[in-house]
Amino acid sequence: MKAASEKSVNQNSRLLANLIGLQTIVIKEVTRLLRIWPQTIVPPVVTTTLYYIIFGKVIGARVGEMGGVSYMEFIVPGLVMMSVINNSYSNVVSSFFSSKFQRNVEELLISPLHNSVILLGFMTGGIVRAMMIGGIVLLVSMFFVETLSIYSISVTFTVALLTASLFSIGGFINALLARKFDDVAIIPTFVLTPLIYLGGVFYSIALLPQPWQTISRFNPIVYMVSAFRYGILKDQLSPAMIDTDIGVAFGIIVVFIIALFSLALWMLHRGIGLRA
Amino acid sequence: MQPGANTTVAKKRKTNIIGLMANSSSTLEIRNLCKTYRDGTEALRGIDLDVEEGEFFGFLGPNGAGKSTMIGIITSLVNKSAGTVQCFGIDLDRDPAGVKRQIGLVPQEFNFNQFEHPLQIVMQQAGYYGIPRAQARQQTEKYLREMGLWEKRFTNSRMLSGGMKRRLMIARALVHEPKLLILDEPTAGVDIELRRATWALLGEINGQGTTVILTTHYLEEAEELCRRIAIIDHGQIVENTDKKSLLAKLHVETFVFDLQNSAPDDLRLDGYHHRLTDATTLEVDISRESSLNDVFSLLSSQNVQVGSMRNKANRLEELFVNLVEANEHLRNGS
Repeated sequence: MKAASEKSVNQNSRLLANLIGLQTIVIKEVTRLLRIWPQTIVPPVVTTTLYYIIFGKVIGARVGEMGGVSYMEFIVPGLVMMSVINNSYSNVVSSFFSSKFQRNVEELLISPLHNSVILLGFMTGGIVRAMMIGGIVLLVSMFFVETLSIYSISVTFTVALLTASLFSIGGFINALLARKFDDVAIIPTFVLTPLIYLGGVFYSIALLPQPWQTISRFNPIVYMVSAFRYGILKDQLSPAMIDTDIGVAFGIIVVFIIALFSLALWMLHRGIGLRA
Repeated sequence: MQPGANTTVAKKRKTNIIGLMANSSSTLEIRNLCKTYRDGTEALRGIDLDVEEGEFFGFLGPNGAGKSTMIGIITSLVNKSAGTVQCFGIDLDRDPAGVKRQIGLVPQEFNFNQFEHPLQIVMQQAGYYGIPRAQARQQTEKYLREMGLWEKRFTNSRMLSGGMKRRLMIARALVHEPKLLILDEPTAGVDIELRRATWALLGEINGQGTTVILTTHYLEEAEELCRRIAIIDHGQIVENTDKKSLLAKLHVETFVFDLQNSAPDDLRLDGYHHRLTDATTLEVDISRESSLNDVFSLLSSQNVQVGSMRNKANRLEELFVNLVEANEHLRNGS
């Protein structure tokens, strides 16, 4: 009985220690992204503002309406999601790879922290940055649209949060596998960017001819952009311009999160990319 | 210990069985530890080692001998290929977090974030070990003060001097108050003054009850600090005993005599290997069975006056070279 009680106390103290460790990593990651704000916050906001000006105002004026809303209004959710995806991914991949490169990741590896805490800590850094930039990009859009109305704050927020979580894990896995700085840029350039641009940010896949419409449904980013667009424009946009069912979109995002989270944990356990 | 491990260990150990008697006060108990890297390099070939609580243990070996690999395995930075590691009775395979909690590591290379300041670096490490922030702040202040870094707590760490960076790593390793402190080449590339200061500091830490394991290829360092010494070469322990016993194994020592007058060209010291490095400096190899008085008498009889005398080489260094060479012969022979 006494042994069981001691074991329980021991487990509780380990849980508490892990929570303190998580808090420490989160504070460290958030401090880092705020410390280097000219690299982490300003560039994505400037880039997206340029998208608003060029695609929304200059080209959008000639495109006209898209499913009952102006083209500018149509691309706002897509551009916010593009910021969320890029920033969650790049924050984690650069932060964790820098830790590997400078070898201060060893501080974490020698500590008694559970692997899931290390993963969650870095993920949180990516999520905070993504949500921050996504929020700013959404606010900036108010300068370009007449009124910004959000159909469902809870759906919009949850989709953004889940997408940020998913791509934070993606960035973490990329950082684990990367051996040099070039490896950090390969996936964003050759995989992420094409998937985002072909993922319905600037158009609805309903506008594509077959077989491209069907092929696009294999792109998971279509579901994220579409679900986010649903959260903002559901009551204004023609249903034909919403590319997926919201339930299916949530299901796909959650399945990807579980799969990649498990993969990242397994890689940490095996020490892939970290231990000889 | 796993069933059957004794048999395996016994097979592995033909020449070295010293220090294998594990007991309850064992800080570290390593059995048949092997590591083969993916490229086929065998870094460790069946290491058996015990370190007792409160010891100052020296782990010596030439570059590439397997010292850092072993430290890496103990601290979970390297995956082992075979064998067991127990720290304070906790098995590394069964409870890695429990083992990690007991250990503080000072690595050979600077591995902290160069863009953070000492207060951040040490406090974060405390957090990783589950120390609440208020307490972490107190612990950090305590150890930064002890290392003379409190005034530099907000200085960017890349701006610190080499000595300060090394002390920062020691403060970081101590902040969670580990029972076992492992230092991998802590004085590599540092000046003599700092090396002496580090030695004093480590002596103090050990004096407070912390078990200290030191890897080094500075033999003088091991001779100065360690009570027990293991020598590793090509992934195998070639010697593991207390320092006195190790030094007692020396048969011949070289003494340097600074002469007051030039030695004659036909200087004769029958029974002793000797050489003149210059007109007033004489080196003589003297076996343990011989008496220094004989040498003085022989010199005196030839009107050679000795001004001073010193031991030429670090004695341990001599033994170290002998052991490594002997191991080389054995390996080539087998």
